[in-house]
Amino acid sequence: MKDRDEIAQALAASGYIADGELATAVSLMQLLKRPLLLEGEAGVGKTEVAKALSKVHATELIRLQCYEGLDQSAALYEWNYQRQLLAIEAHRGHAETIEDQIFSEKYLLERPLLAAIRRATPPVLLIDEIDRADDEFEAFLLELLSDFQVSIPELGTISATTIPHVVLTSNGTRELSDALRRRCLYHYVDYPDVDREARIILAKIDGAGASLALQIARMVESIRKEELRKMPGVAETLDWAAALVGLDVRDLHDAPETVHETMMCLLKTHEDRARFKPEITARLLGRVA
Amino acid sequence: MSARGITPAFDAVDEVAHRVSTKLAGFLRTLRDNGFAVGLAEGQDATALMAAGYAQQASLLRSAFKHLFSARKSDWDKFDGLFDAFWLRRRVRMRSSISGAGSAASNPSLKSLQDARSERADSHAATDRVPSADDAPQGRGGEGRMEGASRADNLGEVDFRKLADPDAVAQAHVAAAQLARVMRTRLTRRDLLRRRGERLDLRRTIHKNISHGGVPITLVKRRRKDKPLRLVILLDASGSMSPYTAVFLRFIHGVLDEFREAEAFLFHTRLAYVSDAMKEKNAARALDRLSIMAQGAGGGTKIGESLQTFNRWHAARVIHSRTVVMIVSDGYETGDADLLGREMAALSKRCRRIVWLNPMMAWEGYAPEARGIKAALPHVDLYAPANTLHSLAALEPYLARL
Repeated sequence: MKDRDEIAQALAASGYIADGELATAVSLMQLLKRPLLLEGEAGVGKTEVAKALSKVHATELIRLQCYEGLDQSAALYEWNYQRQLLAIEAHRGHAETIEDQIFSEKYLLERPLLAAIRRATPPVLLIDEIDRADDEFEAFLLELLSDFQVSIPELGTISATTIPHVVLTSNGTRELSDALRRRCLYHYVDYPDVDREARIILAKIDGAGASLALQIARMVESIRKEELRKMPGVAETLDWAAALVGLDVRDLHDAPETVHETMMCLLKTHEDRARFKPEITARLLGRVA
Repeated sequence: MSARGITPAFDAVDEVAHRVSTKLAGFLRTLRDNGFAVGLAEGQDATALMAAGYAQQASLLRSAFKHLFSARKSDWDKFDGLFDAFWLRRRVRMRSSISGAGSAASNPSLKSLQDARSERADSHAATDRVPSADDAPQGRGGEGRMEGASRADNLGEVDFRKLADPDAVAQAHVAAAQLARVMRTRLTRRDLLRRRGERLDLRRTIHKNISHGGVPITLVKRRRKDKPLRLVILLDASGSMSPYTAVFLRFIHGVLDEFREAEAFLFHTRLAYVSDAMKEKNAARALDRLSIMAQGAGGGTKIGESLQTFNRWHAARVIHSRTVVMIVSDGYETGDADLLGREMAALSKRCRRIVWLNPMMAWEGYAPEARGIKAALPHVDLYAPANTLHSLAALEPYLARL
């Protein structure tokens, strides 16, 4: 497929080092007009995919961060009650004209979902951490994603002018419904392999040399193989690389103490930190070569 | 797919198209058999993909189909193997990711466990513990012990192990399912009557009072949404538990059917997630599906390792702040007892309460001597017997208070 290769190139140009299959997923999104569901451990760069996608399509990124208790008024639309009240006060006595006026577009507050379907060019709609929202919201979302229209009782039905590129991410704090899963294309974002992680470090951290990046990537990979409560993600790797570069480390073997001390960038629980004795760091460093 | 350059006869094209679509249909069936949720829409999209040129390269088609048909991590992981086996006829060992090792002959399926009569079950169970002699007279399903009382009531007192004739077993199953239903309705009703609103929702108050010209007459209050109690059941399906497994499976089936939020896991030497299989309405079919998933049931027990798997891979997803974890096990750990202690400690930090049901507890002269149960007990909030229907029913008030 030609456009698949184009997408892979465009992703690379946007600064996102994608794994081989992501380009397929993106081209399928366009072909089948289905949303893309990304799952994976925290910190493997799920959100980054959406950002890269908006660069690829050279379009706006609209983000809806989900949380427990998220409802329509925060996700879809809401009337601007304060302005409506002011209008009522200002035009006191002209009841009929006011009613038409205060339920018009002017008094409507667009929230991310409504905004996404009313743009002139299709934006990328990122629905982040959908698993944190309630079941009810998920059901509502499902309806919106299949019809792409919103009905507002006072104003009528608003149909989508464009169909956005929808990306959903999930961390697995709650099992998603089968209906939503079926509606979406699925892509599992795994921890990157050494080579890809090294390239990510090179792309994101200024001043990191190729050999250091490779060493860091190898080190992180072997840390992930240890028994940890919380495995370091790509974000942690980047933090660590930035710390090492900032401390002027050129080669991990030159500064084993610094390596061990900066390990706080990677290990985020007390237990993991306590378990990771200097000897373990030294042993892993020995393997990095 | 197309023969470029030459114009093939239309019959030939039809022939090819027919073959491809038959093959595709076969693939969809294979996927469904392996637990993929694949509907008609996916089939159409798959054809669209093949028509769009994705079928020119096997690796490309695999990657495209993988995104289309997978819905969760487990699907994602086993897809490549299925694809290669079906389309490329590579000899890939296909098996469900949860199935245990061992042949079917030495490991009875759960269906056969369910059908097991008590004679066989007794010979299984009495490994290192002899039930006391005075239990014996109740041996035949407790027939005619209480005049005028219903038979179901009678069964309530009888140890599951002692249920002999198939009718009695069936009745006990029905009673267990009913019990699960009753527990659920009481628990959820209590939920509704909790807190009143405590904070004022200013935005909604203004909205509501626009009709009064903005004078706040009706106040809108905000209240915290109550999470329903979630029940996570971990059932020990090892050999020592086999007389009880069948009844508890029915109980779990009832619970999953009726609770809005419940999850079930089965463990022996490893852990298997069984909620999906148990959500089947028809109990017999649900047990059938289970028997495929839980090969290895009836072997040893590695509670510690199973809990480790649970904590590592499932806990974040299935446990929230109002979750009760119910472990049904006799606590005979064949693995590392210290590991069990550590994992229980980790689990108790996560969930609201841990209930440990031990069917052996009601046996006369039983003391929690097994190393496994000793390591686990400090972290358990309620340790209760569960060898009769009454003892199961006694749990309901406890759960309702949470």
